[in-house]
Parts: sequence; C-alpha cells; structure tokens
Amino acid sequence: MKNLRILSCLFFCATVWHANAVETSGKLLLTGGVTQIEGAGGGGLTPWAFIGGYGTRDQVGASAYYTNVVISDYHLESTGALIGVYDRVEFSFARLTFDTQKIGALLGLGEDYKIKQYVYGLKVKIFGDGVLDQSSWVPQVAIGAQYKKNQEGDVVRSVGADDDAGIDYYVSATKIFLAQSLLVNTTLRRTKANQLGILGFGGDQEASHTFQFEGSLGYLLNRQLAVGVEHRLKPDNLKVAEEKDWSDIFIAWAPTKNLSLTAAYTVLGNIVLRDDQSGFYTSLQLGF
Amino acid sequence: MLFPTLFVLLLSGQTFAADLSAFKAFGEKAGLVKVVDDLMINLLADKRTKPFFEKADQVRIKEKLVEQFCVELEGPCTYTGQTMKRSHKGHDINTAHFYALVEALQLAMAKNEIPERAQNKLLAKLAPMHKDIVNK
Repeated sequence: MKNLRILSCLFFCATVWHANAVETSGKLLLTGGVTQIEGAGGGGLTPWAFIGGYGTRDQVGASAYYTNVVISDYHLESTGALIGVYDRVEFSFARLTFDTQKIGALLGLGEDYKIKQYVYGLKVKIFGDGVLDQSSWVPQVAIGAQYKKNQEGDVVRSVGADDDAGIDYYVSATKIFLAQSLLVNTTLRRTKANQLGILGFGGDQEASHTFQFEGSLGYLLNRQLAVGVEHRLKPDNLKVAEEKDWSDIFIAWAPTKNLSLTAAYTVLGNIVLRDDQSGFYTSLQLGF
Repeated sequence: MLFPTLFVLLLSGQTFAADLSAFKAFGEKAGLVKVVDDLMINLLADKRTKPFFEKADQVRIKEKLVEQFCVELEGPCTYTGQTMKRSHKGHDINTAHFYALVEALQLAMAKNEIPERAQNKLLAKLAPMHKDIVNK
C-alpha cells in the first residue's frame, strides 16, 4: 500500500503542476501508448520505446491505469501509474494481483488465494523519434528495466521458483509508418520471471535469465482509434507447468488525451494446472 | 515469420512513379484549398498556435500551404514559398507547437472527410519538416 501511496502522490503532484497552467499534453493522440500489464507505456503486453504520457521534450506527462484480465480459470488485475519526463525518461509503478480462484483450493492455498506483485519500472529513450522521423527507417529506441517483487515468497518457492524478486531488462524499437498507417514495435527482454513474476523468478528447470522476443503491430484507423495484435515469448523455468507464449488482439480508443480505453482478447496458454487460458483484457487509462 | 514478411510488404509498397491517388483523395487542388482554409481557422482558434498566425499574412500563407501540400501529394503544382527553415526563423517554435499544427490539420482533414490513409500520407510527408521548423 505504501508504494501505491507514493505513486498516487506523485501522480497527484504532477496533476497539480499540470493544472498550474504549465503547458503539457503536447503529443498527438495515442502516441503516448497505453499502459502494458507491468506498468510501462506500450501496448497491452509489451513495452514500447515511446515514453508514456503526453509530454513533449519540453513537458512532463503522467497517467494512471486500471487493467482487468478475466481468463478461463484465473483473474488478474494490474493498477499503477507512470510519469514521463521531457519525453526522455519514464518512471512507472504497477501492482499486480493474481486471483487463483478455484485453482487456489486445488493447490492447497485456499480458494481465491491472491498472489501480489509490485513492479518498479524505468525506461530511457536512447535515440530516434518514432512519430516524426517519417523520412527514414530509423525507429525510436529505448532501454528499460523492471524490478519485480513478489509478495508471496513461500508460495512461489513451493512451486519450484528460485526467488521472489528479479529484474527484467529490455530494449524496444518502435516506429509509426505513417504513410501506411502502421505501428510496429519489437522488444527484446532479458528475464527470468515466471508468468511475469507471479510465479517467482528462475526455477527447477531453468535458473538463469533468458532472452525473449516481443512484438506489437498496430493499424491506425484514425487519430483516436487503433487496432492490432501482440505476441510475447515467455521463458519456461518451472517443471510444474509449461509456460506458453502470450498473445492478444486489441482495440485502443483515445477520445481525448485524458482518457483511453483498451479492450483485447488474449490467449495465455497454460497457467499451472490449467491449459488454454484465454479471455478478455480491458484497461482504462487517465492522464495527460 | 509475420514481421519480416510485413517489412518486405512495406518496402515493396513504396512507389517510385507519381501516385496521384492521395492527391485525388483530397479532391485535388480545390479540395486542398478547403482543407487549408479550415486549417487556418483552427490555427487561429487554438491559443497555442494563434500567436504565430494572427498578425501574419494569412492569405499568402494559405496559398503557399496549398502549393506545398499539393507538391507533397505529387500533384501538378510548384512551391513558390520560402524554405521551411527560412519561413520559421525568428519564431520560438517548440515540439508542442508543431504537434498543435498537426492536430489543427488533422481536424481540418477530418472535417473535409479526407480518407484516413490519404491524411496519413500527407502527414508522413510533413512530419520530417519538424527538423527545420522546431527551433526551440
């Protein structure tokens, strides 16, 4: 809770700063991205090289979000906020709550047992402008890190994980090909997180970090509306369950710079004891 | 693999001969005049861009913008105005001002029901000009 307070305070302070007539929200609609499941500015599953929020290189932007993923046998909620400083650095925080529902009882944890995890994110834009540099093929490139702390150390160790904390490192390259109305993102992540870290880090099958590829492809229907697909490769560190790649098909709508809504159908594969997990992802984001 | 295939498609989608489809989608020169008229109305209504245009020679700016947009859409026009660098010299223009103009243009194109793909084709040609326009 302390973390959430810090973040909501930061968001509140940024909002007050915003309200005090300092110019902000300079970027174009949707070019701040939405917020991915671990709190970084991006698509739904994967971070983008774009800095979250609508601040230009002279401005500060911020956003807060709530994401709800209801799949066949589980329920995942993610909530958090981010601040984008001078379109260069992004600080983010996310709290993930994974509800085991009936599977909790089968695992001896009790029905509706919830696993919580905090994610602290940092992203830095290295070069490029994925929106404006339309005369070259050079994408916008950013590097980032996500420090993840699972709150259920005993539980994740009992399923075979080595640790309850870990750091993901990633590099993202993102570009809007405006003449084709396309957005292309590729992310390479170095991680040992099991199911985002909800099942801990490393495991009895693979203890070390591995490189995983993630991609997003979006089509800009108009300046407020985009549709697309995402795919995220995952490590497979635990003997107890085979971790599968994740994918989704999404629609994102930003009627104003202060509000965006994302809906997706997502396919997550096996998650402990249950195969073929799929369902609906919805996300609400407020910001500037 | 999905991504390499798409990149190849993107590359092969680049045309080399004059492609008048976007120019026609704008309604040719008459259509561009309407869009630019609405663009100027939007620029004067937005407090971020108003200071740059309210005291300027709006008729001349509109005329040059129509020429420029026409050329960028590969239409049969000649641009007779100054370079982007020269015409924006002395104005403190930041990235937010540049984006504000893009928004004003997007709204003007939407009002004139220009198809999205044609809109984005024009924006893709104009976007790189930020290097010569943004000077702050």
